[in-house]
Order: sequence, then C-alpha cells, then structure tokens
Amino acid sequence: MTRNDNMGPLTRLLMNDAQGRKLLMVLVALAVIIPFCNLVFPQDSFFHISTYTMTLLGKYLCYALLAIAVDLIWGYCGILSLGHGAFFALGGYAMGMYLMRQIGDRGVYGNAELPDFMVFLNWQELPWYWFGFDQFWFAMLMVLLAPGILAFVFGFLAFRSRVTGVYLSIITQAMTYALLLAFFRNDMGFGGNNGLTDFKDILGYSLQSDNTRAALFIASVLAVIIGYLISRFIVTSKLGRVLVAIRDAESRARFLGYRVEYYKLFVFVVSSMLAGVAGALYVPQVGIINPGEFAPINSIEIIIWVAVGGRGSLYGAVIGAVLVNYAKTYFTGAFAELWLFMLGGLFVLTTLWLPKGVVGLWAQIKEKQQIRKAGSAAANASAQGDVS
Amino acid sequence: MRMYCRQIFLALALLVSFTGQVLAAQDADNLKALTSQLIAANYAEKEQLAGQIAALDDERVLPILSALLEGELFYKKDDEQILIVKGDAINNAFSGDAVDVPGKRDKKKIGVNNSLRGELRSLIARAQINSRKESVRLDAAANLLKNSADVELTLVNEALAKETSSDVKDILSLVRGLILLKSEDQAERITALELLDGSLYPEVRASLNQFISGFSEEEIKTRKTEYTAATKSLASIETLVEMNGYIENLYFGLALGAVLLLAAIGLAITFGVMGVINMAHGEMIMLGAYTTYVVQQLMPDHTGLSLVVSIPAAFLVAGAVGVAIERGVIRHLYGRPLETLLATFGISLILQQAVRSVFSPLNREVATPDWMAGTFMLNPALELTWNRLYIIIFSLLVLATLALVLKRTLFGLQMRAVTMNRPMASSMGIRTGWVDALTFGLGSGIAGIAGVALSQLTNVGPNLGQAYIIDSFMVVVFGGVGNLWGTLVAAMSLGVANKIFEPIAGAVLAKILVLVFIILFIQKRPRGLFALKGRAVENG
Repeated sequence: MTRNDNMGPLTRLLMNDAQGRKLLMVLVALAVIIPFCNLVFPQDSFFHISTYTMTLLGKYLCYALLAIAVDLIWGYCGILSLGHGAFFALGGYAMGMYLMRQIGDRGVYGNAELPDFMVFLNWQELPWYWFGFDQFWFAMLMVLLAPGILAFVFGFLAFRSRVTGVYLSIITQAMTYALLLAFFRNDMGFGGNNGLTDFKDILGYSLQSDNTRAALFIASVLAVIIGYLISRFIVTSKLGRVLVAIRDAESRARFLGYRVEYYKLFVFVVSSMLAGVAGALYVPQVGIINPGEFAPINSIEIIIWVAVGGRGSLYGAVIGAVLVNYAKTYFTGAFAELWLFMLGGLFVLTTLWLPKGVVGLWAQIKEKQQIRKAGSAAANASAQGDVS
Repeated sequence: MRMYCRQIFLALALLVSFTGQVLAAQDADNLKALTSQLIAANYAEKEQLAGQIAALDDERVLPILSALLEGELFYKKDDEQILIVKGDAINNAFSGDAVDVPGKRDKKKIGVNNSLRGELRSLIARAQINSRKESVRLDAAANLLKNSADVELTLVNEALAKETSSDVKDILSLVRGLILLKSEDQAERITALELLDGSLYPEVRASLNQFISGFSEEEIKTRKTEYTAATKSLASIETLVEMNGYIENLYFGLALGAVLLLAAIGLAITFGVMGVINMAHGEMIMLGAYTTYVVQQLMPDHTGLSLVVSIPAAFLVAGAVGVAIERGVIRHLYGRPLETLLATFGISLILQQAVRSVFSPLNREVATPDWMAGTFMLNPALELTWNRLYIIIFSLLVLATLALVLKRTLFGLQMRAVTMNRPMASSMGIRTGWVDALTFGLGSGIAGIAGVALSQLTNVGPNLGQAYIIDSFMVVVFGGVGNLWGTLVAAMSLGVANKIFEPIAGAVLAKILVLVFIILFIQKRPRGLFALKGRAVENG
C-alpha cells in the first residue's frame, strides 16, 4: 500500500481526534528530538540526552503500547484481563530467543549452536521450538503469533462458554500464573529462573551502541503510533461500536444478533499481539527477559496505568503508562519504601474518585460545577416557589 | 578378651535382673562406688567398670552410661562429685539435684575412647532391652532392628523369652528373623522367612532384597522353597508399602486441601456470599500470621497457649481491618466488581508494604508447640506428621463453625437475607450497611484464623498472602460461588489432585496442570461445581 492510499482513512481517523493528533505530534517530535539530542550533541552539552534517559523513555513507550492494548479490551470491550503481562512476556521471549541466537559462539561456553544456559544444563541439541529463531523475520512473526495464538485459544474457550466479568479476570490471572511457574522450570528450555540475557546485537548492530539504541527508540515511537492508529481505527469503526455495546450491555448486544464471542475474540487477539510487540521492543532495550515478567502483579500494574490515565480513552492509556512509570522510577529511586504505598493508594484513589482517570479529571470537575450550579438554581427556584 | 568380658557381664546382668528387688538397695550403693571409680580408671578399667555398672539393677544406670557415651559425664574437682552436664544444666548424677559449679575449670570430663564407646553402646542396648519400662524396651528393640547386623542372636533370644509385651515381642522376633536369614542352616532360613513375612519395616525389605539378589541361577533351582517364599513375601510387602504410599499421598493431599480450605473459606464469604472481589484477602491471612507472631513475642514461654490465644486475636485483628476496608472503600464500589478488584488490590499493596515497614521484609520465625511437632506411626511404612492432622481437623472445625453461624444465628439469617434481596431485607428493618460490614469482617477474620494455621506451616513474611490468593480464588470459583459445601469439596479435591500429580509430574508441573484444569473447567461450567440455581445466578 502506498502512502497516498492510506491518506484517506488516516485523515478521516485523525479529523475527529484532537487529543490523538496532539499525542501523535508529541510522539513524532520525541522520535526526532531525542535521538538527535543523544547522537549529535556531545556528552557535556546542555542539550545532550543520555542514552540511559533515552532507553528509559523507550521503555515507557513500550509500556504505553501495552497500556493501549489493555485499554482496547478493557476500556472498549469491558474485558478486564489480569494476564496481559503474559502476552507482553511471550513477545519478549520471542525477541529474546532471536537475540540469544544472535550471540552465536560469543557466549561464555563458545557454543555456536546452543545458548549458554543449555550448554550449562548439558543439552546436546536445540529443542525443536527454538528452530527458526535465528531468522529475524521468523522471530518477528512469532512475536505476533505466540501471544496471538495463546489469546485465540484462551479467548475462544473463555468467550464461547461466556466466562465474563471477574471470572474472566481471575482465570486470566491463573493463566499468567501458570505460565510464570512453567517458565521458571529449567526443563522448559527458556533459561529458567535467569531467563534470557547477555544479548550482543540485533540485525548485526551492537545493542550497546548509541545508534542502535536510538533506532530502537524510534522503533518504539513508531510502534506506539501504529498501535494507537490501529486501536483508534478499531474503536471508531462499526466493529468498535459493537464492542462498546458489548461492554455496556452484553446480553442486549447478543439479543440484537451480534455474535458477541467473535467480536471479543477478535479484539482480544489484536490486543494480545500489540502486547507482544511491546514486549519484543522492550527486551532489547532493557537487555533481559525473565519469568518475573509473567508475575500476576505486573499484569495488574498495567491495569492501573490505564485506570490512572483514563479507561476508555486510548491517549489516556499512553499518558497513564508514562505518568505511573515515571512516578515508579522516581519513587523507587528516591523513597523505595514509599512506592508501594503510593501505588496502592493510586489504585484506591483512582477507583474511588477518578473513574475516568487523569484525562477525565477536567470533565469531572466541570460536571461537578454544573451539577452545583444546577443544584443551586433548583434550590433558588424552589425557594422562590416557597415564597410565592 | 572383650567378648569374654561381655559374656561375663551378660551373665552378671541376667543374674542381677533375676535376683530382683532385694538387691536394689545394695545396687544403689554399688552404683555410686563403681561410678566414682571411673574418675581414676584408665580406659581398659573403665570398660570393666562400665560393664559392672550396666549389670546393676537401678534406673539411674542408663542415664549415667548414656552421659558417659555422649561425653556429658563430669566430676567436680574438689569433692569428686559425679555430674551430668547437659548444655548449661549441671546435675548430680545420682540425686538429680542441680549443682553449682562456679568456674569452667572446677569440673572435668570423664574421658572416653572409641573402643569404650563401642562397648558402651552394646551395654546400653542390653540395659535398655532389659529395662523395666516398656517404652524403653520398645525403643531398644527398634534400635536393634536398625542395627541387626551387629546383634547377637543369644541376646535377642533371651530378651524374647522374657518379654511380655507383644509389641516388643513382634519387633524382637523380626530382629531374630533378620539374624536367622543370614544363617547357614536352611531350616533356620525358612523360619526366618516365616518370621519376616508381611512386615513393613524398611530394614526387612532391604534384607529380603539382598537375600533374593544373593541367589545364583543354580541356587534358585536347588533352594526353590526358600526362593519362592522370599520373593512372595517381598512382593506382598511391596504391595503393602505401595498402598501405604498412596495413603500417605492422600493424607498430604488432604492436608494441602485443608490449607486451601482455610485460605478459601473467608473468600467464600466475601466473594461467594457478598460478591466482593477482595484481592487483599491474602493480606488478611498474612495479618493473622503476623498476629500469631506478635502474640508469641508477648508470651514467649507459652508456645502452645500463645497459639490458642492467637486464634481469637487474629480473628479480631483481621476482622477489624476487614470492617475498616469495607466501610472505607468497598462500600462505595458495590455493583462495580472490576473497580472493587482494583481498589482491594491497591489495599493489598499498602498492607504488604506496611508490614514490611513495621516488621522488616525478612521472614519471621513462629515457634511450633511440642504437641504439633513430630510424627505418629500407623505402621512402619506409614509415618504421618501431627501438624498436618491438626490442620485438617482445624480447617473442618472452622468450616463447621462458620456453617453454624450462617445457618443458626440471627446474624447469619440477616446476612443471607441481605444477599438474597437487599431492598426487602432493608425494608424489614435490617441495617444492610452494618450487615455488609460485619459480613466482610467475618470473612476477613476467618482469613486471619487461616493465617494462624499457616504460620505453623510456612514462613511468615510480607508475601505470605500472595502465595495463596490465586489458589483461594481457584477453590471458590471451582467449588461454585456462594456455597460452603462446594468450597470444601473443591479445596479437598484440588489438594489431593495436586499431590497425586506431584510424584508423576513434579511439584511445579502438578500445580500448572491443576491450574490449567481449572481454567478448562471454568469454560465448561462457568459457575463451578455446585452452582447456585435460579435468580441468584442472573445477578452474578
């Protein structure tokens, strides 16, 4: 598809989305300015942005994409997945496996075929599921397919038998917990407890170099932009309206003749793939993937990003992910003890007083004022009524 | 020379035990005199003296000889008083009175060498098997069974002849069988096989195995009767052992189920009855466990009592926190289950961090009272631990109490009324808000009680609750929401299933299998094993 073909729907997509336009502009600006400041200005310059900061921002962007994925299903379809970290981690593992194969014979044991941990475990040959991961295209395909297939099977079974609401949340949590336990096992062939790490390069470029880091950062920005556009496209389409209908009154949507489970399944799979891409971009930037990513608490944390940002608004999810993670970086550094209090407090406060998140705050205040105005007007009216 | 001595002492010992009580008073004096001679004696003399001491009929003989063996027998330098030193406790060897020894150098150990130790061991075994107390004889017989290779047949035969208790006799005849099995005489070997048949002791199994593997091809033909008898009894023993293995697995499974049940009962109330997703449920368990820890710190000398006190204390602490959570947060979120889930998750993080800040992130040690430690033996191949049994009983008690509260009390009635039809209950004058708060408090309090039990099984740390939250939800969902009976069945079957898979698939894989099973099960029956029928379903 050429760019011209794409212009039609794209402009239409952005015409009615003022916040989205702003978000995309900020993202594009980031993609240009940050690598530029990192690569062009010398280290001691005022305008220099350190590679650490750039990588950190890149990490936030991966989280932002993950938040978009969760918001797509939770905000627009009412599926509260407490296991989205699993899709993220699967994408990450697919990428990690590619990066592992790229190490080649530069590992500690110098085995060209087997990653270090397999040599360590005395394995003689590569397990079948590691084949093909030396090819970048195959790994990228798996980044999409591994989470996608899991989401498809899981979603197919769950949605078909109408597991909804908290039940679904709990079994998604059980799913990621089961995967956590599974990936902790050395026999699984994914590095067990330590996961995959010590990556050297990607597509032949060293992961340590600033250029590669900048490229990964730009890739993350692009991924967020594309993820945003896809999600935006979905939620503004007719399908998106059905999703919202399902969210608000599932049985009514079903009675109207919509095959609710297929709509849910579709959006669940898309969301899982977005999460997988986020994971794949995350791994080369942080340099490790281990089973800890499957921990149920990680998945729940994603929910709080979305809740803080604003459930049901895609750009809100991005804002929430960046805000919460920035707070996390700051507080775990400055007052490590306070962070969990803060995070826990965030959960309680947003659910109690910020049902629409930060982005809904303004509207919420306005609404309150209007109610107060209307209330006082009504009070005035009734007072006058009493007089007369 | 040693053998010779031994025989003399044996004869002496028998003589003494036969002559009985009359000589007891005389023996007491002899004991003192002989023991005092140990101080100046060389090792060869000490062996003789030890033999003479063992031959005496006095209940203080055994402690003195054991103390000598363990290097715990001392004497005081100034008055040559014989002392038994155990750690910091110093007692007179004869009277048992505490003795004050001011300096370290004021007492001296009575030395032993390896030859003397060997001699002492056999003397002690002899003295024990001839002891007047049945429990001592039982222990001694079990000891002989463990070391049957070094035991002489005469000793066993003599002990058997005198023995009156059938328990001790059984073991002794096994020892006899084990010794005879090595005999050169075929008739004796066959007697041995008869004696050993059907015994579950691992020693018997081991020597039968050894016995069978000792046969050459030819011998199998020439000594056919022996061989078939041995293989047959080994096979029957093996089946019995295997069955006992299953029973043990079942027991472990039930105990795990009991733990799951305890963890899930509270959730069955808050989630099952009220429909509140309480992600802080695990932290209520943790609070209960920490309450146990604190109570134990307050009364460090009464481990058992502190555990009993902890149960109401944990109920109150966790219950109070539960009521506070309900009034502060959950009250505002009824009808919004997903938001409740998030808010209570936030609370769980806060509680965890609070405990971490107050008690440090390290695990805390909670002592186990004596009556919960140790094992009881159903048969030699089946040893079960007491604490598991207590947990099983305790969990059932808690469940029964809860069922009673729900069915038989006014509060239970009001609670059920509110969950069935809130507006109607309210219009009948029930303060639904208070019932909600108390119900949530009850569920949380029971979680706290679960924490008391868990403190006896696992480490008490800030993450204690997290380990159980997913399992608890699985149990409640699997059993069917709003159904205590379902919770019981679900907890027990999940526990047993876990333990059955464990030997086949390994602990982690077993857990994964069970999780996958539940995930699939929920697909099939989204409302659990024992689903509520009728209107309540529509509101869920």
